Amino acid sequence: MENRTDKNSYTVIFAIGMVIVVGALLAYLASSLKPKITENQRLEKQQNILYAMGINENDETSAVFISTDKAPEAFDQNVADQIVITIDADGKVIKTQSRDEYFEETNQEPYLIDVKKQQANAKDGKERKLPLFVGKNSDGKTVYVAPIRGKGLWDAIWGYVALDENMVVQGAYFDHKGETPGLGANIKQRYFMDDFIGEHLLSKNGEFKGITVAKGNADPKNNDKTDNEVDAIAGATITGDGVTAMIKKDLKLYLPYFNSLKGK
Amino acid sequence: MAKDSRLILDPLTDNNPITIQVLGICSALAITAELEASIVMSISVLFVMGVGNVVISLMRNIIPSKIRIIAQLIVVATLVIIVDLVLKAFAYELSKTLSVFVGLIITNCIIMGRFEAFALGNGPWRSFLDGIGNALGYGIILVIVGFFRELLGSGTLLGIPVLGDPIEKTGLYAYGYENNGFMLLSPMALIVVGIIIWVQRTRNKALIED
Repeated sequence: MENRTDKNSYTVIFAIGMVIVVGALLAYLASSLKPKITENQRLEKQQNILYAMGINENDETSAVFISTDKAPEAFDQNVADQIVITIDADGKVIKTQSRDEYFEETNQEPYLIDVKKQQANAKDGKERKLPLFVGKNSDGKTVYVAPIRGKGLWDAIWGYVALDENMVVQGAYFDHKGETPGLGANIKQRYFMDDFIGEHLLSKNGEFKGITVAKGNADPKNNDKTDNEVDAIAGATITGDGVTAMIKKDLKLYLPYFNSLKGK
Repeated sequence: MAKDSRLILDPLTDNNPITIQVLGICSALAITAELEASIVMSISVLFVMGVGNVVISLMRNIIPSKIRIIAQLIVVATLVIIVDLVLKAFAYELSKTLSVFVGLIITNCIIMGRFEAFALGNGPWRSFLDGIGNALGYGIILVIVGFFRELLGSGTLLGIPVLGDPIEKTGLYAYGYENNGFMLLSPMALIVVGIIIWVQRTRNKALIED
């Protein structure tokens, strides 16, 4: 006698039933947990920005964010303004808004601007909004934090770089979606991120050069801060190249703003 | 019928999923460059294997044999996505560490292999033990490989320097020792797994196939 579960009709009904049950379960879970996840992501952005500004709870060796319950207060205290620079497809500045002006126009906090979406806009020849967070770092110096985003070996990588008015790096935070643990994933380790501190984005003649994550660097201790190079991670060439590319591409867009600062 | 304790102990030694059944090699190569990642992956697989084996075992009489592989895949994928979502909502920091592994867990052949070979034909309790045993057998190899790769490749264990500072030339490095960067690349993981297989089969000749 044929087994009940071998019948075609049973197989089809089982497949349909399973898809409906699993689909409903996942949809329910995803939608009921969404507010909580969005809130976590919002806090993470604040923590990232504060981290790049030097406001964190780092110990000797590891990178530790300011805790989530302290982050909103610290963010309000330390971030004096969130500037939004709107550029057209050729990189020309159309307008520069303060946080209040931007909030009035869009009812959205500038730090929630989705960098990925803005990059896609620029690709389509549309306007791109560049957020820039101004605040005082732990030494009381005014820094400008810019978000950057690019691609690593497997998936997206992104970060926040804090600059002073001469485009010298004051702090950097990098993160990734799925780089290889032990290799590319080490871009979010202290020893890599801290190497960027003090590096110049401009060449000695004041042209924009970016910072290259260089292999075979003659300066592994990173004593020379004006060489526009930091030491690469062994075995993570493509992730390192991704970091180089996102710094060059995204931070360059802020050059006109920094030039205008000098004029003042 | 084998005793229940064998279900846990066998996969640790003579029926190890990696060294004997040669399953789950891809993830063993991909994430063992550091010890911490190996441990995190082992714990994740332990959880998914334990729960997944029980679920499949409970469903074993209603899953049509024609589409059983797809059904198994759906169970693993659903479990992993649920864990990922719950962690994102309630343990956000941890979920970021684990996000890399989500894809690797779903495609881990050990999980599908145990569903197919064991859970479809055994009761929930025995399936649970089998899942735990195989996940531990998988984990032990991952930890061994991760230990040697991180120690010889970066001179650290769990991110803590144990051999001195390679740039300041302290500790072992003062005597001309250098980290072996090749250890960080996947081919060396395969070689380390190969050495474990060699040692294991030299000690127990019964494991050598013709």
